[in-house]
Amino acid sequence: NPFAGLVSHLRASWLSGKTRPMEYRVAQLEALGRFLDEKKQEILEATELDMGNPSFEAYFTEILLCKNELNVTLNNLSSWMKDEHVDKNLVTQLDSAFIRKEPYGVVLLMAPWNYPIHLILVPLIGAIAAGNCVIVKPSEISKNTESLVAELLSCYLDNDCFAVVTGGVQETTRLLENKFDYIFFTGSPSVGRVVMTAAAKHLTPVTVELGGKNPCYVSDTCDVHNVARRVVWGRFFNAGQTCNAPDYLLCTLEMQEKLMPALREAITEFFGPNPQESPDFGRIVDDKQFRRVRALLCSGRVAIGGQTDEAERYIAPTVLADVLPSDPAMQEEIFGPILPIVVVANMDEAIDFINARQRPLVVYAFSCDSKVVNQVLERTSSGGFCGNDTLMQGMLSSLPFGGIGNSGLGKYHGKFTFDTFSHQRGCLHRNMGLETLNAPRYPPYTQQKLGLITATCEVKRRGTCTLL
Amino acid sequence: MERMQQVVGRARAAFNTGRSRPLEFRIQQLKALERMVQEREKEILAALKADLHKGEPNAYSHEILGVLGELALVKEKLPSWAAPQHVKKNLMTLRDEAYINYEPLGVVLVIGAWNYPFVLVMQPLIGAIAAGNAVVVKPSEVSENTAKMIADLLPQYLDRELYPVVTGGVPETTELLTQRFDHILYTGNSAVGKIVMAAAAKHLTPVTLELGGKSPCYIDKDCDLAVACRRIAWGKYMNCGQTCIAPDYILCDPSIQGQVVENIKATLQEFYGEDVKSSPDYERIINKRHFKRILGLLEGQKIAHGGETDEASCFIAPTILTDVSPESKVMEEEIFGPVLPIVTVKSVEEAIELINSREKPLALYVFSNNKQLIKRVISETSSGGVTGNDVIMHFFLSTLPFGGVGHSGMGAYHGKHSFETFSHRRSCLIKDLKMEGTNKMRYPPGSQKKVDL
Repeated sequence: NPFAGLVSHLRASWLSGKTRPMEYRVAQLEALGRFLDEKKQEILEATELDMGNPSFEAYFTEILLCKNELNVTLNNLSSWMKDEHVDKNLVTQLDSAFIRKEPYGVVLLMAPWNYPIHLILVPLIGAIAAGNCVIVKPSEISKNTESLVAELLSCYLDNDCFAVVTGGVQETTRLLENKFDYIFFTGSPSVGRVVMTAAAKHLTPVTVELGGKNPCYVSDTCDVHNVARRVVWGRFFNAGQTCNAPDYLLCTLEMQEKLMPALREAITEFFGPNPQESPDFGRIVDDKQFRRVRALLCSGRVAIGGQTDEAERYIAPTVLADVLPSDPAMQEEIFGPILPIVVVANMDEAIDFINARQRPLVVYAFSCDSKVVNQVLERTSSGGFCGNDTLMQGMLSSLPFGGIGNSGLGKYHGKFTFDTFSHQRGCLHRNMGLETLNAPRYPPYTQQKLGLITATCEVKRRGTCTLL
Repeated sequence: MERMQQVVGRARAAFNTGRSRPLEFRIQQLKALERMVQEREKEILAALKADLHKGEPNAYSHEILGVLGELALVKEKLPSWAAPQHVKKNLMTLRDEAYINYEPLGVVLVIGAWNYPFVLVMQPLIGAIAAGNAVVVKPSEVSENTAKMIADLLPQYLDRELYPVVTGGVPETTELLTQRFDHILYTGNSAVGKIVMAAAAKHLTPVTLELGGKSPCYIDKDCDLAVACRRIAWGKYMNCGQTCIAPDYILCDPSIQGQVVENIKATLQEFYGEDVKSSPDYERIINKRHFKRILGLLEGQKIAHGGETDEASCFIAPTILTDVSPESKVMEEEIFGPVLPIVTVKSVEEAIELINSREKPLALYVFSNNKQLIKRVISETSSGGVTGNDVIMHFFLSTLPFGGVGHSGMGAYHGKHSFETFSHRRSCLIKDLKMEGTNKMRYPPGSQKKVDL
């Protein structure tokens, strides 16, 4: 077991209690802040080498959003860490009853390649804030950020408590043989299953942030131009390699006709007449993904875009019309800059279509009629929901971010990350005295004692009164 | 075993009709459960007596009272628990509606245990129904009378398609676990817990595992020993030691070991009289297999009190062992029986070290007049839950989450925590389709100006 030494080293640090004081956690988090500030250029360069994404996008997701999470955490850490006192019943009135937030111990954090810094740092911030030791496993596919993280994190964080492990499938498999106290994984559903199965061997709790095909229903009553802009923004951000991007559109034939020119206009507005020349449009991460996404182009008909350039791993912002459920683009999560439109007769058919499939990370619905938005919300199930926009629900850290069913298990962002990495320990601290109050619970049992216990334990409905 | 597929399939079809979702329906089902408990009390108590030799007042206060309390609490609080929770917004979302919507997960599987066979099925069931799910109930086959009673009674009061009861042993449970559920709550041992989680992993099904372990009980020299020992004896010997949060073993200074034994002996006399076997308040071991297992733990041990057994009736007397070695068999596995080992330690540091060298337990107990010492033990150890200066009691306060950590489990329930365990918290952001001006900032073409903003 090649990683046994590392894991036991971290576990020993954990048992020493080093990571528990608030001052220690704050110091580590502040060091992460300095990492983001001092190494901003290196981070942006590495992500751009890996993802080919525009610096605006890279700055926004890899630096700004991470700093926001850091600040939310630092601003609130002391209150999050406090014991949470709970309401007491009659029997425990004189006791101290509280929920103690405790770190789990040694956490394994596995990150994917699409937002390589963000998807390490945001969970890492919460894991550190909660007092754990952490092993970070960046994705080997985003090679440049993997090296950067492996090299630099150790310069900022305490090496006794935080480590980075690099490698591919083989190394990850060996790593998963070890016992961790929590595993946080972001990636595909199939690997999510592998991770959870490995975790089961040690009874390790997990959060798995997976994916799926996020449907986007556009009703007939809507402002076509605003819809087009918001959808284009969400779909083509990071060249479509976003877990909560709108994956496909559902609308009527009429709406497809109306949307097409608006989509074309929005794409041109954003990326110019030749998106390959735009500094604001990204690239596919590697050849394997490029070929996979390119193969999805033979679905329906190419209404906008469709051009590709293998040398640059460029796929143009593409809209496919009249896509059928049996087409390749509808068989898997696209994770690329292709937006299929599937025509439905009406909202009910759209809802049925959504419900016939695996529950996605997000359901999107666009309509000027709030009743329509609410119907889609109420009659579907998904990790999250956004009405009349895309991606934004993932950027409000007071909303829990996570999937359901095939799209994942658990949630994070903001306080939810802290809670994810904390064990909520129920504590009751009683009085040694007042033993007579306990008398009714002891054997020998009598009806009289039972009456007393019932009287003190019972929770009565409000409004029932016991007047003699 | 197509039966399992059919049962679960029917529950899923019933869930998909949406009828378990309206609050009125959920409350109506909970009220029906309440009627069941009140009307069929005699049958419930009879089943518990047949399975565990549990006396009526004991069975009532341990299994029925808690269920009625939970039902009353849920009926009262459900509307507020189920209401959408609006969240703090940021500058970008100031004009929007942002809230967390509580939604049912779908089809939940509840697997019960045999030691408190009624309440360990009912409490999760109540939470799962309250959250709007369909629920497949699988009571433990080991407590067969209670399993049969639940299988008979539930369909008489609840919607039969939404809340089916499945009976059977290992083969049936294994088959059941191949089906897809949207949450599984399992109460039992760690070994089977791993099997449940591995089966759940195939479907990415979230799990709540209420397992066990050896719950340590540290007695400080500075404490009222008579009171401490009475409380410990109550928690240890109730249900003949077959309680997941029973104090499993005692840690104390050698100088007070003798007094601890004497105090517990005196308490046992108070509780069960001269002849424990004839006390209506003392239960029996569930079956011969466990009887033999517990008997095996006594080998080579110094029996300071008790030790009498009767295989025919699965009777084991309340037993105390002294000067027990941490390496002995009785200190390896969860005892789950009326045998209380005392391991001597010279200091609280030694106690904490011993506790931390073992798997995280479900419960941890510490008795002391010194508040600081209690706080220290809590801070320097980990466990599912804690009661200081008493045992078991944190279980009865439903505002505290009840569950394990590490080997003793994952997830928690009771009260509102059950509702949250069985709900999906769906993030919802509803924007206006107008007001596009504010979005322009984020659209390409990007520029340094925008980045600097």
